[in-house]
Amino acid sequence: MKTTGPRPPVLPGSAAIGEAMIAAGCRFFAGYPMTPFTEVLEHMAARLPEVGGVCVNAESELEAVGMAWGAAATGTPAATGSTGQGLSLMQESLAEIVYARLPLVVLNMARAQGDYFQATRGGGHGDYRHLVLAPCDVREAVELTQYAFHLAEFWRSPVLVMGDYYLAHTHVSVDVRPRDFGPLPARDWALDGSTGGTGAAKLVSPLSDRKQRHAGDRTDASYDLAEFYTRHGGAMERMVAETEPRAETGFLADAEVVVVAYGTPALYVRQAVRDLREQGLRVGYVRPITLVPFPSEIVRAAASGARVVAVYENSGGQMVDDVRLAVLGAAPVRFIGRLSLDSSGFGIAPDLEVGAMRRRIEAAFGPAGDASAWTPQAHGRSAGGARRAADPR
Amino acid sequence: MSAGIPPASAPGPQPAGRRELPILTTTAAAPTCGARLVHDFTPDLIDVGAHHLCPGCGEPIAMRSMVEQVQELDQVAKAIAVFGIGCYTAYSNNLDIEVLQALHGRAPSLATGVKRCRPDTLVFTVQGDGDMVNEGLQEVLHTAARGESVTCFMLNNGVFGETGGHMTATTVLGQRTKNTLGGRDAAEHGYPIRLADLIAQLDGAAYVARGAVDDIVNITRTARMIKNAFRTQLRGEGFSFVEILTMCPTGWFVDTAAAPEYLATTHAATHTLGVLKDRRTSA
Repeated sequence: MKTTGPRPPVLPGSAAIGEAMIAAGCRFFAGYPMTPFTEVLEHMAARLPEVGGVCVNAESELEAVGMAWGAAATGTPAATGSTGQGLSLMQESLAEIVYARLPLVVLNMARAQGDYFQATRGGGHGDYRHLVLAPCDVREAVELTQYAFHLAEFWRSPVLVMGDYYLAHTHVSVDVRPRDFGPLPARDWALDGSTGGTGAAKLVSPLSDRKQRHAGDRTDASYDLAEFYTRHGGAMERMVAETEPRAETGFLADAEVVVVAYGTPALYVRQAVRDLREQGLRVGYVRPITLVPFPSEIVRAAASGARVVAVYENSGGQMVDDVRLAVLGAAPVRFIGRLSLDSSGFGIAPDLEVGAMRRRIEAAFGPAGDASAWTPQAHGRSAGGARRAADPR
Repeated sequence: MSAGIPPASAPGPQPAGRRELPILTTTAAAPTCGARLVHDFTPDLIDVGAHHLCPGCGEPIAMRSMVEQVQELDQVAKAIAVFGIGCYTAYSNNLDIEVLQALHGRAPSLATGVKRCRPDTLVFTVQGDGDMVNEGLQEVLHTAARGESVTCFMLNNGVFGETGGHMTATTVLGQRTKNTLGGRDAAEHGYPIRLADLIAQLDGAAYVARGAVDDIVNITRTARMIKNAFRTQLRGEGFSFVEILTMCPTGWFVDTAAAPEYLATTHAATHTLGVLKDRRTSA
């Protein structure tokens, strides 16, 4: 795309995500340092006061999510975040904030991809869901972070944005100006104290939005959890059903092997697929962008003509379950990932290398076996059988 | 003051505060005084006077005192109460001031978020000893240390009342609870935490007091403590905290009528009543 005027600023991913939050209207942030989330907190601590916002250096992730919950209840666009372990501490609150029907954006600048279940199933209690977005690079992170604020406000629900070490530390020239995602409902639920004494003072509670005075003839004066959880469950179902599932796809038309991957590793998968296409292999990819709702229809359609659906994750395999549920037996689903970490546990993953990714995908063309037992020694560059079978020339 | 049939010539309604219900005569003459209902004794800011807390519970008295002080300080349209989880949560959907319901233990952080975004509101938490000292001790300590301009109230009855009377971190030595049937033994269960004393040591705390609702003198003193705590916040002088000892005859396994004395002789002996810290510039 040709642009006139000055180039967008070159920012580290953490700062770009921070600027995207501010552009989306975020005026409250609370967090606790943890790599690779730390730089987002640093950026917000420096920048929010400049735009009239507040950033609190919380004493733990428990406090961070609680403060963000309180801020959100006042109608202030708010966010918090951490890294997987810190998100674990926040899960109880996240589950309750879903029930309190408050908008909140939560970042997980994760280590590898072991937090898929935490993000999509939730470590929290009760019958709850929230939306989850998974950008693959800084530009998309800027877009999706702003979209997350829109979705959070639109549905009055937490929205989780998944990032990682690569997203946090990659420097790119990126346009962080505000995006317009359409109109939002009024914040008539927000607390400011002003309805006190009117006979209709507001209540923001995960237990119900109805008060005892509305109980009518019901003699039990407490919260009616059966009524509220049922009604609220309907609202959550609507949110998941009516939010557009998003995915990027490529080379699917005649693909024998479809590779599914999300986030940073999907960049390596995409490049490996392009390379293999140049070599003549009929391979395509699906990159889920929304993890909740999962783009099941897109994955199912991609699988319908495929011989194998291969799933790469930098983990022992978690999203692979959602792929299996989407494919519903239409094609065999093979897991070709594994956990890959440097010694710090959060930095550069040795497996995230296009050549290695190519070999993994090539192996998926081979006979069915335990693809998770893939090793460079066993598979090397010798997937010739697969290439012969696939090469149309 | 004896309850009974008022004389036919008794004038109008009885003075406020009298609890005797007049018994209506069955003569053909119209009653001179209507029956008075629970609502007649309900503070303006409590929606429904009926509650399902146990007879003899001290929490409704403390709750009443808080909302009355909000009213007396003319903060009704500026107040936001943040509730923890305990028996008192029965009031979180029953007030005519704005309420934010928190998780067990986490109310001080929510109050922080509210106050930082709405500095012109009067923000206070309502929590029990199980909520504040067991589950969320670090929350209230950090909020106090930060000098957050909020007020935290702890209703301290020394038991988990809602679960039916189990030991908390403030249960006094010797106290029988459902999981310390032989009485709290320091060797086995450790010692009670005197939270107000702990908070008073933090530089961010400006006003710290411990009251009780076992008799009219303490109720009156506690009301003044609540007012002073709110004034501390309204003047932006720092964090304010009032611990309120409340009766829980059910959780203490004592007669309803004996609970105030049990509070005075047992709980107040460990959790000493009084103003522990008052750093307000103009008291």
